[in-house]
Amino acid sequence: MYQYDQYDQQMVDTRVEEFRDQVKRRLAGDLTEDQFKPLRLMNGLYLQLHAYMLRVAIPYGTLNSKQMRMLGHIARKYDRDYGHFTTRQNIQYNWIKLEEAPDLLADLASVEMHAIQTSGNCIRNISSDQYAGAARDEIADPRPWAEILRQWSSFHPEFSYLPRKFKIAVIASEEDRAAMRLHDIGIQLVRKDGELGAKFFVGGGMGRTPMIAPEIRDFVPADELISYAEACLRVYNRYGRRDNKYKARIKILVHELGAEEYTRQVEEEFAHMKTLGLNPPVEELARITEYFADPAFEGNAPDELDLSDPDFKLWVDQNVVAHKQPGYAIATISLKPKGGIPGDASSAQIDLMADLAEQYSFDELRVTHSQNIVLPHVRKSDLYAVWQKLDEAGLAPANLDLITDSIACPGLDYCSLANARSIPLAQKISERFADLGRQRELGELKLKISGCINACGHHHAGHIGILGVDRKGTENYQLLLGGSAAEDTSLAKITGPGFDEDGVIDAIETVTDVYLEEREGDERFIDTYRRVGMARFKEAIYG
Amino acid sequence: MKILTGNDLKTGDVIWWTGSDWSRHVENAVDVGEHGERILHEEEATRRVNAPYIIDAEQTDDGPRPAHIKDRVRALGPTVRPDLTLKPADPEAGNWVI
Repeated sequence: MYQYDQYDQQMVDTRVEEFRDQVKRRLAGDLTEDQFKPLRLMNGLYLQLHAYMLRVAIPYGTLNSKQMRMLGHIARKYDRDYGHFTTRQNIQYNWIKLEEAPDLLADLASVEMHAIQTSGNCIRNISSDQYAGAARDEIADPRPWAEILRQWSSFHPEFSYLPRKFKIAVIASEEDRAAMRLHDIGIQLVRKDGELGAKFFVGGGMGRTPMIAPEIRDFVPADELISYAEACLRVYNRYGRRDNKYKARIKILVHELGAEEYTRQVEEEFAHMKTLGLNPPVEELARITEYFADPAFEGNAPDELDLSDPDFKLWVDQNVVAHKQPGYAIATISLKPKGGIPGDASSAQIDLMADLAEQYSFDELRVTHSQNIVLPHVRKSDLYAVWQKLDEAGLAPANLDLITDSIACPGLDYCSLANARSIPLAQKISERFADLGRQRELGELKLKISGCINACGHHHAGHIGILGVDRKGTENYQLLLGGSAAEDTSLAKITGPGFDEDGVIDAIETVTDVYLEEREGDERFIDTYRRVGMARFKEAIYG
Repeated sequence: MKILTGNDLKTGDVIWWTGSDWSRHVENAVDVGEHGERILHEEEATRRVNAPYIIDAEQTDDGPRPAHIKDRVRALGPTVRPDLTLKPADPEAGNWVI
């Protein structure tokens, strides 16, 4: 994992003291809320429905056990004993006191973490593949590139006041586990004639106007990746709409200009950039890459697994995937227990996951955009012990990628932007489909729930999506089908008129029944939907 | 009726104007009639409340009930965590929101 150098640490420490002074001035009345609000937002501190909410950045979703323990400590000391892992691989705390926020940030800084650029019209936390450095199918480790992008984008003076927020994802495999094409910039590392480089996809996103990012360049040499990203941002910064918040994201610019014209302008800017010598020096690339060297895997770790415990076998079948190193595995800890709140973890659970990472996973954890936690490097011979400890703590639901592994935004229970609650739906669906045999019969089924059109719950990308809306002061839920955030990216379509809470759950059950009736061979839900089309499902739902 | 709400500047707690002070309990909120804007500005200047605003509410036997679901959620707490609401002993309290 990357470790802060003196510049990183100094930047973060200085920011903490700067914010401490700003809070002091706000409390003393020297700053009005209008003056203070942009300052607190620059430090990730929102005012939500019930209290201040702090969003902490977890760069590309990667944590060590010391950092994870600090997240547990913060939950205990400054919050109400829990945290909420988000769909952008971050964590949010819902009950922060303004007067304590500077001390909290100082605690975070002590483990090389912060909340900078988790709000505002700037480049947000870089996201990546939760299996990075462990996946069999990656052509390179995307984390060094995510780290370089993090350093480049942190306090970038030119991009601190963009037309709108900006999200970048980096992956390095054909299988997309990071919703890459639904980001403002999606970067896929590729090899061309043996040389490492990147494909660039620009102008994707969800929100009120969902779009899939078109590919604008099939190969940018790796050492020019930053310059190319800079060129993409420069064109956006120059021509992005600042007059209308709802048309200010880069996807609108790319759509209105057309991908071809936007690309032409980026290429022109890129040609100019090349003359400025802005690429990171080769030795800096090498220095950062060294931090992401493989851990000291045992060369002869046993590859066999004793699956005689049937519950353990179910968990392995569902939540464990192959590792690039023989004798090791990637294990996903599901934060989606029956009736639970997707992404929530208590301080005790956070501590336990930190302990397991330290003991069994070379001190590493990952947060996924599906609001789960990954232990990326577990010896297969240790999996049973890991599972037993998870099970004791309620952290062993064997439901990865099944219908109960739903994504849900905080919704109207916490969020001031929301129009409807989303968590109760996730809870009720997890109870309705609690039978694991039934879930497994349905197979891979990505269910994603948003409490408003901003789509933090990724409803556009759900095989089944739910969008909560306000209908004359009452919560109402639209049902969507056919989305995907994976390499077969697609946007879901609304089935028709909305439902109340119980109605939408009944409709989902109807939809799954249709799937089981229509399924051919080993088709997943999304495959059947694409083959059969919306009409068959619509007819079953609405008659 | 019109009532005033906002968040405690220091703690972020949801608070309601009682006529002379702020309370965490919506039951203590009073009708501000036409005086909402004036009170709002005066109180904001004291820094006891952050981002106050005026809302419509209905007077009921149990006290004021905010007209919009968002403010009812604010008044109670998250419906999915009864233990963190202002009525932790009442698991049915969430029904008041709906």
